[in-house]
Amino acid sequence: MSKPDWKNFEPVLIPDIPDLDQIKNYEKNGGYSALKSVFTDNDKWPDSKSVINEVKEANIRGRGGAGFNAGLKWSFMPPADGGPRYLACNGDESEPGTFKDRKIFEYNPHIFIEGALIAAYAMEITTIYVYIRGEYKSYIDMMEEAIQDAYDAGYIGKDILGSGRDIEFYVHSGAGAYICGEETSMLESLEGKRGYPRVKPPFPAQKGLWGRPTTINNIETLAHVPAVINRGAEWFKGVGAKNHPGPVLYGISGHVNRPGVYELPSGVPVLDLIHDVAQGIKGGKELKAVIPGGSSTPVLRADQLDGITMDSDSLRTVGTMMGTAGMVVMDEDTDMVDVLWRIAHFYHHESCGQCTPCREGTGWLEKILLKIKNGEGEVKDLDLLLDLTTQMEGRTICALADAAAWPVRHTINRFRDEFEARCKKSVHALA
Amino acid sequence: MAYEFTKEDLKEIEKLKTKYPEVTPVTLPALWIAQNRFGHVNPEVQKLVAKTLDLPEAHVHGVATFYTQYYKEEKGKHVLDVCTCLSCQLCGGYDILNYLEDKLGIKKGETTDDGMFTLNEVECLGACGYAPMLQVTNDKYVNHLTEEKVDNLIESLKNGEQPEYEKIGMPRRNNIK
Ligand SMILES: Cc1cc2nc3c(=O)[nH]c(=O)nc-3n(C[C@H](O)[C@H](O)[C@H](O)COP(=O)(O)O)c2cc1C
Ligand code: SF4
Ligand code: FES
Repeated sequence: MSKPDWKNFEPVLIPDIPDLDQIKNYEKNGGYSALKSVFTDNDKWPDSKSVINEVKEANIRGRGGAGFNAGLKWSFMPPADGGPRYLACNGDESEPGTFKDRKIFEYNPHIFIEGALIAAYAMEITTIYVYIRGEYKSYIDMMEEAIQDAYDAGYIGKDILGSGRDIEFYVHSGAGAYICGEETSMLESLEGKRGYPRVKPPFPAQKGLWGRPTTINNIETLAHVPAVINRGAEWFKGVGAKNHPGPVLYGISGHVNRPGVYELPSGVPVLDLIHDVAQGIKGGKELKAVIPGGSSTPVLRADQLDGITMDSDSLRTVGTMMGTAGMVVMDEDTDMVDVLWRIAHFYHHESCGQCTPCREGTGWLEKILLKIKNGEGEVKDLDLLLDLTTQMEGRTICALADAAAWPVRHTINRFRDEFEARCKKSVHALA
Repeated sequence: MAYEFTKEDLKEIEKLKTKYPEVTPVTLPALWIAQNRFGHVNPEVQKLVAKTLDLPEAHVHGVATFYTQYYKEEKGKHVLDVCTCLSCQLCGGYDILNYLEDKLGIKKGETTDDGMFTLNEVECLGACGYAPMLQVTNDKYVNHLTEEKVDNLIESLKNGEQPEYEKIGMPRRNNIK
């Protein structure tokens, strides 16, 4: 497959325009024209379905981690019955290695607001909540302000642009809980409860907030919508990788010279992102490993990266995933045992404790890895860890247990020598 | 000490009720208002929130204890939440935590005798590219930490100055080789 011409790509979500967070500047640069088109141009957009179809055709794959086609998700909403319907925008952003949605809150909040309003129009939604992790206090304040400006400009509220549509838009602050990024946990938290994920079915489209139809989308996912409306699905599909198209906010952290969030097409070679975009490994060291899309996505060894690009098809060939496109880069001196123990600690700390395999499993993973880290593990502990991961996967209410299991299985398998070297020689003499 | 909301707090809580179809969702924002007012949401404050919203105390207690940002007891005047999670671990988050433990003479989870500082180790704060970093009392992020930057931060907090919001410029394409 041809490599996208990423060096000449013009950013869409976070373009290099000063003070774009100010609504006047956003409007001056074409902002809210997609909203105007959708809400008022009845020839181009005869009904809500026509908007959903365009977005479905664009194949915006959810940027929150699961990569599900946004328009297809929208089409699951049941027909409107006159009662309330909700859009819950996921700005919980807590998966280690992920720090991209905050760039939208800070630099271009209105592109997200506009996208969310178009989504609400398409699904005949009456109220939008944007759930932002409580630690992002600065961004919560910025979003409150941006939403107020959009209210004042008549893009939110009653009878928006004379369309007869009423839509409310509120910020809801979290208070410190990774699990609230899981969509049904977020709904519980929005309802003012402890963030325990719900058993599915029923799915949120049927029974979401307060038992009403609800769609959940990531902030970046929604921020892609205005450009899809303005430039068309064909344009979006032409950016980056075929089956995972569009611009992507790549968050690059770890041992690189220039970490940060970069907007580039999907499908950029992993090695280009590390060596050209992030300008290589700090201190001129060698690359050892990369976690491509947040801590739950399986790690890759440097020798697996040749020709691998940041899109689901390519990453699947080496047994990993796009996740949140939060890449964590590790140099040759990185201790993989320490790294894996820290990841296991995170998931244990964040398990909500509802399901036994997750509550107990994440605890055991951490405990055994700590033992190995301290040089007290045995080789058979590695197999015990692998066995535990199989007992955790697919047996729980939400995907946190899987997210905890994957990195353990794959880090051990891909760096087995390093883990074995850290284990004690067997203490039992062979007969 | 008897905890009471001010008139402004109560007005804000009333306004919050209009955001949701029922009162339960106000639990989280009301706990925030309480914590901003009293510095914590100990069991007495939880009771006040329950009474104000006319919700069961057990519910408010359950919520307050589920979320890590609510302080269930009094903390130091400044709470330093040092991230040691994945990217911060790689970039020296533990060195910063250890440095602060030595400097303040306390272990993580503890508060200095003068009540000025509480030190915590926390999970990813969504600032991975700017590691190592910490958050001050649920508010500003202080990024790209060095020992010197930590020294300056402690000094200025002691002098009653709050850290500024650190705007991190977007890396631009024309900077890319
Ligand atoms: C444990 C867990 C944590 C999650 N955290 C987040 C998060 O912080 N932000 C997010 O957008 N999605 C998160 N997700 C994914 C959401 O459940 C959901 O799939 C997503 O918000 C849907 O939006 P999208 O389709 O636009 O990606 C998480 C999922 C799990 C299982
Ligand atoms: S899998 Fe873990 S985090 Fe998810 S609901 Fe079960 S116990 Fe809670
Ligand atoms: S790992 Fe420290 S902010 Fe993400």
